[in-house]
Amino acid sequence: MSSEATHVQQQTLTVPHETHVEIHHGHHHETFLTKYVFSQDHKTIAKQFLITGMFWALIGGLFSVIFRLQLGFPEAKFPWLEMLLGEWAKGGQLQAEAYYALVTMHGTVLVFFVLTAGLSGTFSNFLIPLQVGARDMASPFLNMLSYWFFFTASIVMLSSLFVQTGPFSGGWTAYPPLSALGEASPGSKVGMDLWLVSMALFVVSSLLGGLNYIATVLNMRTKGMSMTRLPLTIWAFFFTAVLGVLSFPVLLSGFILLIFDRHFGTSFYLSDIYINGQALPNEGGSAILYQHLFWFLGHPEVYIILLPAMGMASEILSVNSRKPIFGYMAMVGSLFAITILAFLVWAHHMFVTGLNPFLGAFFVLLTLLIAVPSAIKVFNWLTTLWKGNIRFTPAMLFAMGFVSLFISGGLTGIFLGNSSLDIHLHDTYFVIAHFHIVMGVASMFGMFAGIYHWYPKMYSRYLNNTLGYIHFWVTMIGAYLIFWPMHYEGLAGMPRRYYKFDIWESFKHFGTLNQFISIVSIIVFLAQILFLVNFFYSIWKGRKVTTQNPWGANTLEWTTPITPGHGNWSGEIPEVHRWAYDYGKDGKEFTTQTTPVSADESKH
Amino acid sequence: MSTTTYMVIAAAVLVFIVIFQIAKASEYVSVLKGEDHSRKQNNRINGFMLLGFMILGFIGVWYCNKLLYKTTLFPHGSASVEGEKIDEMFMITTAVTGLIFVITQFLLFYFAWKYQEKEGQKAFYFPHNNKLELIWTVVPAIFLTVLVVFGLKFWFRITSDAPKGALEVEIVGKQFGWIMRYPGKDKNFGRTYFRVISDENNNSLGQVWENNDSLKLTADPANYDDVVTTTTMYVVKNRPVKLIIGSRDVIHDVGLNHFRLKMDAVPGIPTTLWFTPNETTKERRIRTGNPDFVYEISCDQMCGNGHYSMRGIIEVVTQEEFDVWMAKQKPNYYVAKPEKDPSAAPAVADTTAKPAAIAAVVNK
Repeated sequence: MSSEATHVQQQTLTVPHETHVEIHHGHHHETFLTKYVFSQDHKTIAKQFLITGMFWALIGGLFSVIFRLQLGFPEAKFPWLEMLLGEWAKGGQLQAEAYYALVTMHGTVLVFFVLTAGLSGTFSNFLIPLQVGARDMASPFLNMLSYWFFFTASIVMLSSLFVQTGPFSGGWTAYPPLSALGEASPGSKVGMDLWLVSMALFVVSSLLGGLNYIATVLNMRTKGMSMTRLPLTIWAFFFTAVLGVLSFPVLLSGFILLIFDRHFGTSFYLSDIYINGQALPNEGGSAILYQHLFWFLGHPEVYIILLPAMGMASEILSVNSRKPIFGYMAMVGSLFAITILAFLVWAHHMFVTGLNPFLGAFFVLLTLLIAVPSAIKVFNWLTTLWKGNIRFTPAMLFAMGFVSLFISGGLTGIFLGNSSLDIHLHDTYFVIAHFHIVMGVASMFGMFAGIYHWYPKMYSRYLNNTLGYIHFWVTMIGAYLIFWPMHYEGLAGMPRRYYKFDIWESFKHFGTLNQFISIVSIIVFLAQILFLVNFFYSIWKGRKVTTQNPWGANTLEWTTPITPGHGNWSGEIPEVHRWAYDYGKDGKEFTTQTTPVSADESKH
Repeated sequence: MSTTTYMVIAAAVLVFIVIFQIAKASEYVSVLKGEDHSRKQNNRINGFMLLGFMILGFIGVWYCNKLLYKTTLFPHGSASVEGEKIDEMFMITTAVTGLIFVITQFLLFYFAWKYQEKEGQKAFYFPHNNKLELIWTVVPAIFLTVLVVFGLKFWFRITSDAPKGALEVEIVGKQFGWIMRYPGKDKNFGRTYFRVISDENNNSLGQVWENNDSLKLTADPANYDDVVTTTTMYVVKNRPVKLIIGSRDVIHDVGLNHFRLKMDAVPGIPTTLWFTPNETTKERRIRTGNPDFVYEISCDQMCGNGHYSMRGIIEVVTQEEFDVWMAKQKPNYYVAKPEKDPSAAPAVADTTAKPAAIAAVVNK
């Protein structure tokens, strides 16, 4: 990998200068196919991840709108739904099997395809080489493969929507025996096979990407870019990749055992099962084993989703406050602490599975311990704003929204991490509210912040600001209106993944609230379409970027040409002389990382 | 599609186009006026909106609580003694996190508004301060230690062994319903084995009540008096009840929202849960003024397409009422094999079971 990387670097360096001026052609002959489809340029691959992620976000979001219609209006008939879904919405009413399929796909797609591939895939790819000062990834070829594995995973997952028995419908966590037995649910038939194949391909994609990110950060930093001079974005992407590389293989192993149980008669997860009037031959397996394997990825996955958002929010808050990020080393340290602890808390998803309560106690302790680095991060972000000179670009607003949501959702985690409360709140709407705010919406906000902030670098044009502000405010207000009241439904014990509540004396009084939430979620969904329109319109018609460094930022990506070619810098890669956060130092508004330290500069 | 649907779609598209055109126009205007000027204007508007969002947000949080508190389980209190502790824990946690929530959200939006870009204002170069960072490492750590200590205290209490004399009930989940079993007069559950489950023969739990050579099973006499019911479970007020939880097919979960507890039902791995009901169903109906009130068992673990309908009921009664009810129940053995029922044909097997055999299968 590294020999290939140096090869690319040498090749770029030895090419005569004038070819770099013609940035549109790059340094070697490119056809449409190599430039836009099978590109090895990290910037193009980043855009491929982003746009594929957006496609999935649209699909996953649409699914949530459809099942929210069912939850808000269980008695209503929507003839157009029947046109769209056919048998799944007989007479205009969503069927239970379709409801569960949509819920499952919403979860799978959003967690893995949007917030893992769409977020890490986009910004790790885009920013790592640009911000560490590298021509490309350590292995551009593996990087390209990473995207195409993701693409293939997407195709397989998409195709599962069209099989006769429907896609997998047992929840995104896919607990066996439900996921192992076709008899248990139509979605567990061929839909589940496709789900597993797709997820396996996804794991491969994730590993190829992750190894590349790690190798690039460790080996390909430009001269002077010591680890402690890296922007926090890079630290976050680095730890994210480490998390992924160490935990995704465990998930894959869990899936492989599941495939064996499904097709080859093994009993890893199956025991004592009587279904459809028949006792199955399996004995001795443990359904709980799968949950251990799943959550060993599943919990780090939360941080795989969250850390990139944290990193980007840190960078954007600092740039737009015109102030250094407060406590850089503490920020790195807390990222590190979160990374370590992320591996030691998985069983807090399993307090009510019959897990030994004594073992559970350790997981309570370790889980609540995560709140300490999280608190450090929050207070450091707040102090970064304090006495700043803040510009509210759409990116900045989304970064602040991220902090607000991270606080709100993080605090409810303190409830759920404590087993004596989890035994009451587990699998209720309280959990839905918690993880949507802290992991779903917060990370989405981090992603939006990143898109608004780095769009000028991606497409050499700006996104429309007014649409950005509308997008932010509708989403921010909407997110709280949707998820805040859900806590109360959870406090009534209302279970998640219920198709309707009419037979339940305990839960049927939430009809109006469910309607309200559904209506708001439709409005928020429409605001996201507004964003998509803005995104694609601006690629071709947006206001052009005319200055190299539009935000007055210190990091290296803003020293590249306005439209960087493959190889990023026309001449030599710039040398770095300082950390990325000298904003407002010695009366200068910003001092880029490439500015040499002058003799009369104050020390900090 | 109906005309209203078309109208709604048309209206939505129209609104979209209008917003988009306005946004485009505002961009042209900002270019004409000077980008710096419009940036400052946007900054002021958004700074103000952030402050407004915070104020309205706090009011909203208060209003939401006012509106929805009564829909939660808190106003009527926990239906189990153990649940009272869980409610207490919840309130402690809410107080601590609520305080942090208000402080941090206030600072976030207040700083944003207060330190928005202004003419002549310079950002303060403040890269780090060890003392501050130490404070906000240590203070949250102390808060969390308190929560962990309280939490674990309650946790170990809840998960400790059930008190002696607790009523034991087995509850088994299946797609999509609940089966309950009481141990009968001998206070021992008979052995079950999933391969002899047979819904047609009234043996929904696979009670081993006859010899089976091919499966190498010997009949367990403790099964002869076990009572099996579905959907509704009878438990006694102020008497601890221990649930022995199992599943026949996929993972289910015994969700007891009024008692503040839940536990998964896993095929092949029995789990347990115990609690002490503190109010009968009748008493609660009178106290809450809701004649339809019932304690419900909700399945809280995704178990298939009928998951949402997997409803059970817990009827909390007094000991006398329980005894009367229990006396009316016929052991499942006799339901399945009416010819063996002593009340139908006197002098039958029940008493012939050897005491040693019973002792050998004590309550697995």
